[in-house]
Amino acid sequence: MATLSRDEIFKLAALARLAISDDEATEFEGEINEILQFVEQLQSVDVSEFEPTSQVTGLTNVSRDDAVIDYGYTADDLLKNVPAVENHQIKVQRMVG
Amino acid sequence: MSQWLPIDDIVEQVQAGKLRAVDLVEQALQTIEATAEFDAVIATTADRARQRAAEIDARVDRGETVGSLAGVPFIAKDNFLTFGSETTAASNILKGFEAPYQATAIERLEEAGAICVAKANLDAFAHGSSTENSDFMTTKNPHDPTKVPGGSSGGSAAAVVLDMAPFALGTDTGGSIRLPASFCGAVGYKPTYGLVSRSGVVAMASSTDVVGPLTRTVADSAIVLDVLAGVDPLDSTTIERDDDCYQVSTASLKGMRIGIIKEYMDESLSDEIRQPITAAIEKMRQAGAIIEEVSLPSLPLALACYYIICPAEVSSNLSRYDGQRYGFSDTEANDLFSSYAGSRSKGFGKEAKRRIMIGTYVLSSGYYDAYYKKAQTVRTKLIKEYEAAFKDFDLLVGPTAPTPAFAIGSHTADPLQMYLTDIMTVAANLAGIPAISIPAGSSDGLPVGLQLMAPQRADRTLLAAAAKTEEILR
Repeated sequence: MATLSRDEIFKLAALARLAISDDEATEFEGEINEILQFVEQLQSVDVSEFEPTSQVTGLTNVSRDDAVIDYGYTADDLLKNVPAVENHQIKVQRMVG
Repeated sequence: MSQWLPIDDIVEQVQAGKLRAVDLVEQALQTIEATAEFDAVIATTADRARQRAAEIDARVDRGETVGSLAGVPFIAKDNFLTFGSETTAASNILKGFEAPYQATAIERLEEAGAICVAKANLDAFAHGSSTENSDFMTTKNPHDPTKVPGGSSGGSAAAVVLDMAPFALGTDTGGSIRLPASFCGAVGYKPTYGLVSRSGVVAMASSTDVVGPLTRTVADSAIVLDVLAGVDPLDSTTIERDDDCYQVSTASLKGMRIGIIKEYMDESLSDEIRQPITAAIEKMRQAGAIIEEVSLPSLPLALACYYIICPAEVSSNLSRYDGQRYGFSDTEANDLFSSYAGSRSKGFGKEAKRRIMIGTYVLSSGYYDAYYKKAQTVRTKLIKEYEAAFKDFDLLVGPTAPTPAFAIGSHTADPLQMYLTDIMTVAANLAGIPAISIPAGSSDGLPVGLQLMAPQRADRTLLAAAAKTEEILR
C-alpha cells in the first residue's frame, strides 16, 4: 500500500496541528512507514463474514436524565488551569478576520 | 519479605486501633524517600495523605467503621486525576495541571478508607512499554537498575515491588498493567472492559483503556477490585458489577479446563520464558487442571490491529490538548493555528506525536476503510475466536511477555521493536476480556510473568484460579 512521502508527513503534521522540524520529518518518515508496513499484514485477511467492532461489551446508546448535577466544583474552579482568562472566560487568539 | 501485611490484615488492625493510619502513611513516605533512586514516583501527596490518615484514625477512635481499605496507603499512576499534587500523565504538556476533581477510582478508594501517598511515573500519556517515554525520567527495574520496569504503569509496578505501599493503581490499554507486573515481579490485574470507571483518568485509547490494581498478591488485587468495580454515571461505558464480592476464596484447579495458547508458545519463544512458563503450567496440571493446547489463529494479527486502533483513538483523545483550556500554551504564537501547533509541538513528546500522526493518517478520508475499519473488523474475527476457545476452556494461559525486562535504552531507537513487547498482552484489550499476570519464577534473576485470561465478566473465576495458581507456584 501507500508509502508516505516527506511532503505527506508535513501535510499530516499540519492536519494534526503539529509543527515539525526537518529533522523530525526525516525521523517520522522512516518510522511511520516502517509501522505502516508492519500493519500491512491485515490487508490480506479475509473478513467478509464479519462486521467491525467498536464496543466490546454490547452496550448501546447509554443515556442519562437531562438534569443538572452538582459535583462540588464551580466554573471558576475549572478555569484555574486555563492559560489566559478574562471576565471568567477563556481568552484565545483571534479566529476570524 | 514485604514490610506490609496482607491488605485485609492491615484493615483489620487499623479498624481495631492496633495500627494507626498516620504511622502507615509515614512508613510509606519513608520507603518512597529511601528508594528515590529508582525514580518510580513523580511526586508525593504527603500533606493530604497525612491529613486523611489523621481523619481516619479519629474515626476509628470514635468507634466508626471506616471501610474495606481503612488506612491502607496506595500509589496512583500519574494519569489519575487526584487532589494533593499535580496530575501530569508524565507529560510536559500537563506539567502544572491541578485537577479540579478526582477520578472516580480515587474517590471510591478514598471512600473505603485508602490513602493516596504518591503519583507514579509512566510513559507519557501511557504510550509505551518501558517508562522511557516519560517526559520526566525513566523508572529503574527494582531487580536490576540497568533494566526497564516495563510500561506504561512501570512506576506503579516498581513502587509495589520496592514496598512503597501495599498497592498501586495502573491503567492497561494494551498491556500496561500486566507487562510491568511481569517485568518487576508483581501481580497485575486487567479487569473486564467497563468494570471500573475511567472518569478522571487521562484518556488514551477509549475502546480498550481499563483501570486496575498492581499488588503483591492476587488476594490484595481482589480486595482493591471489589472497591473499584461497578457502574459510574460519569463513565457511560461502565458495566454492572457482580452482586458477590470479588474478594474470593482460592478455587481448586481440579477439573478446571485450561487452554495453553499455541500462538504464544511457538518455536519463536525464547527458552528463558518457555522454561518457567512450562514449569508453571505443569504444576497447574499436577494440581488437577485439565490442560490442553488451544489455537486462536488470528492472535498473530492482534498487534497490527492494535497499532491501528490505538493511535487512531489516541489522535482523537489528544486533540483536546490545544493550549487554550489547560496545559502548556505557546505564548509566542500570534494566531490560532500557530497557538495550537506551537503548544502541541512543544508540549508533546516524540511518541505522542508519532501516535497522533499515525492515528490521523489511518482515520483520514481515503484510508479509513483500509486501515481503521479493517482493523476493527479483524478485531471481530479475534473476538469470535476467543468466544470459541472459551466454549472449550474455562481459562487460557501463556506468558505475559516474550522476554524478561530488557536493558534501558535498548529499544528506544526503534519504535516498532518497542511495540512488539506488547505482542502477548494486546489481544485481551481488543476483546475486552479480563487477564492477570502473576509471578512465575525467573530467568537470570529477572522475574517472568504467567498470564491467565478468562471470558468477559468472569473476573471472579479468574481471580480465584489465579490465587490458587499463585499458591502452588510459591
